[in-house]
Amino acid sequence: MSASEGRSEATRGVRAENPYDHVSERGGPAPVLQRNYDRPAALDNPRAPRRGGGMPNFEKYAWLFMRMSGVVLVFLALGHLFVMLMWQNGVYRIDFNYVAERWRSPFWQTWDLLLLWLAQLHGGNGMRTIIADYTRKDSTKFWLNTLLALSMSFTLVLGSYVLMTFDANIS
Amino acid sequence: MTQANVASDVPAPRSRRRRTLYRGDPGMWSWVLHRITGATIFFFLFVHVLDTALVRVSPQAYNEVIDTYKTPIVGLMEVGLVAAVLYHALNGIRIILIDFWARGPKYQRLMLWIVLGVWIAVFIAALGVIGMHMAEQFL
Repeated sequence: MSASEGRSEATRGVRAENPYDHVSERGGPAPVLQRNYDRPAALDNPRAPRRGGGMPNFEKYAWLFMRMSGVVLVFLALGHLFVMLMWQNGVYRIDFNYVAERWRSPFWQTWDLLLLWLAQLHGGNGMRTIIADYTRKDSTKFWLNTLLALSMSFTLVLGSYVLMTFDANIS
Repeated sequence: MTQANVASDVPAPRSRRRRTLYRGDPGMWSWVLHRITGATIFFFLFVHVLDTALVRVSPQAYNEVIDTYKTPIVGLMEVGLVAAVLYHALNGIRIILIDFWARGPKYQRLMLWIVLGVWIAVFIAALGVIGMHMAEQFL
């Protein structure tokens, strides 16, 4: 109150006060947290006890994984797109028989399994980052992360199961 | 000089755009595009694993769903997928170079133009090949 009255008479009363306007070099009152989600997620609570549990340095390994899997995925994903959409007759030659022929080769089986796992983990970690950036409430973040984890494990289990138990003589 | 006089000489903080090194810079837009393409690819991957899983159900079920990939509209979406994956891959290499190459941060903007140049060249080639397949199929 006294701080805002002590400010310049030129700007007073021109518009509504927003505490975030005064975080400038001019000084002024410190911004006041209005909601728990106004606090930047990157700013840890200084007096909070250290959270035990979890993998130490998880974020560092996640960061490294994004780069290492990214290098591999450049070849796996672009190669997959090239073979499936451009080589020979492109997507118009793909049917059950094509898949059966393709997965007789351990090379393509390995390629596809590796692509599935790396892409899913790489993309899942990317989505985790996006969720962390844009969710404001802890509950929203929790439920979106739960949904993400469920969809990731579902996709990985289903995809691996289909690849490894594929039967060309089905039905 | 009173405090009020001093303050009136200084423009109000919100009266002009705040300038930062990052905001509005091409580097920011490359990050935005990286994020959008990445999320798009993630959702496609989910659908794609589901449709491929039908090979475990029956050849008919798989052929039926894969036929939707052979329609003109989904064909255009495939072109979009190539565009998205290609950008994400090239800009990802740029990010890795910025992080691990000592002179990466210095050349980050030049690398962005190179990424866009390579993207346009490869995308036009891919568009030509996919377009030929589509023309053969639909014209």
